[in-house]
Amino acid sequence: MTLDFAAILTPQYTQWMLSGAMTSLALFASAWVLAFLTASLLVAIGSAPFRPAQFTVATFVEYHRNIPMLVQIFVWYFAMPQLLPDAWTTWINAHNSEFIFALIALFLNSAAYMSEDMRSGLRSLPREQMEAGRALGLSYLQTMRDVLLPQAIRAALPPLINQSLALFKATSLAMAIGVAEMTYASRQVENETYRTFETFAIASAFYVTLSFAIMALGAWVDRRNQKAAGH
Amino acid sequence: MQDIIAILRDYGLLLAIGQFPEGPIGGLALTLILALSGLLLSFPLSVLIGVGRISPNPAVARLAAAFVSVVRALPLLMLIFWAYFIVPLIIGQTVSGLTTVIVALVVYETAYLAEVVRAAILALPKGQVEASRSLGLSYVQTMKDIILPQALFNAIPSILNQFISLVKNTSVAYIISVDELTYAAYQVNAQLLTKPVEVYVILAATYFIICFSLNRLVKLVERRIHTSRQAPIAAEAAA
Repeated sequence: MTLDFAAILTPQYTQWMLSGAMTSLALFASAWVLAFLTASLLVAIGSAPFRPAQFTVATFVEYHRNIPMLVQIFVWYFAMPQLLPDAWTTWINAHNSEFIFALIALFLNSAAYMSEDMRSGLRSLPREQMEAGRALGLSYLQTMRDVLLPQAIRAALPPLINQSLALFKATSLAMAIGVAEMTYASRQVENETYRTFETFAIASAFYVTLSFAIMALGAWVDRRNQKAAGH
Repeated sequence: MQDIIAILRDYGLLLAIGQFPEGPIGGLALTLILALSGLLLSFPLSVLIGVGRISPNPAVARLAAAFVSVVRALPLLMLIFWAYFIVPLIIGQTVSGLTTVIVALVVYETAYLAEVVRAAILALPKGQVEASRSLGLSYVQTMKDIILPQALFNAIPSILNQFISLVKNTSVAYIISVDELTYAAYQVNAQLLTKPVEVYVILAATYFIICFSLNRLVKLVERRIHTSRQAPIAAEAAA
């Protein structure tokens, strides 16, 4: 087997791969931000002393944890358009529906996992903090947002970084509904050139580089936490 | 609701076992077969890699760590594509999608299970290795007879958790048209055309019931193991 990277690095194929990489990154970045915000919201709602709110959040989390990511993408792509108002569906179809539905499925799934990580982080804080916050005249939401959540997020950082890695890898599943991200692009180039090894090597290098960066961040946070615990 | 019952009546068997016994087994049965064989095949490998991760030999430790990191860095889908390409090169003949998926799942799962094994070994008190070595047992004997039996027992809940994630991961076999549950549901949806909500509700509910009950089982096992590991210590403390 002779390697011939030049065969797949023509302007056309390079363009496909680059645009695939950009789509993967865009999907990851936007899903991450939305997931993080949603997770914070879920934690705030779930820790309110109100049973139905807790139950709703728990149901949301269990749904997303017990169904494969790919199936969640399919539910959004194939089933949800039937249930959403027509005007929404029309709008989404006019704006790259594959990307939008993959994004929604990815960020909701990640939000469920992240909220669980944050909740455990929150549980590691002493109860008195909430009481102190309330006693100082802050509202429930203010205490949550300004006192408890920042600390909880710090405590939950290691699992959150792991979840970010899972989210990054999960973006590859978007190819199943035709989002032209990295995995999709590499398969397309492979189909045209039959240069399987070279194409998958480039795609894998992309995933490994970013995943390693995320893992390195995780290792750095772990070291810092250990040092902080040592003092 | 009526539509769901009608779909289950017409396609329930197809979703449960595929074309079996007239044709190849598929649907939910294949999903479970994939997950089970993935776990059984990756288990011995993951013990090797997990022990290798903390081997006193730095070359072995580094090699095992590199394997785990690279596999964890890649999406499962990428591993499936690689398996599709590499397995035929190694064995010299084309392989079915089913074999490809099993190979990819085993490689992927081995990396994650190896971390479970490693964590379980590290969670044991260090004195165990030292005591066993000073009693004259070799490194291999210590691992095999002292450390692994305890570590693997403690790791049962995490191993079951990995099984749950395997059940969910088998759905990715859909991409290369292996007729497991997700692919079967996709086919049913393509035949019906007008009932995507009902079909995907059935699909999601099936996974949910399996994974949710397994999760409950894990919690139960976790409590059992916790009490059984605490009992001797408590008895010792009482005596």
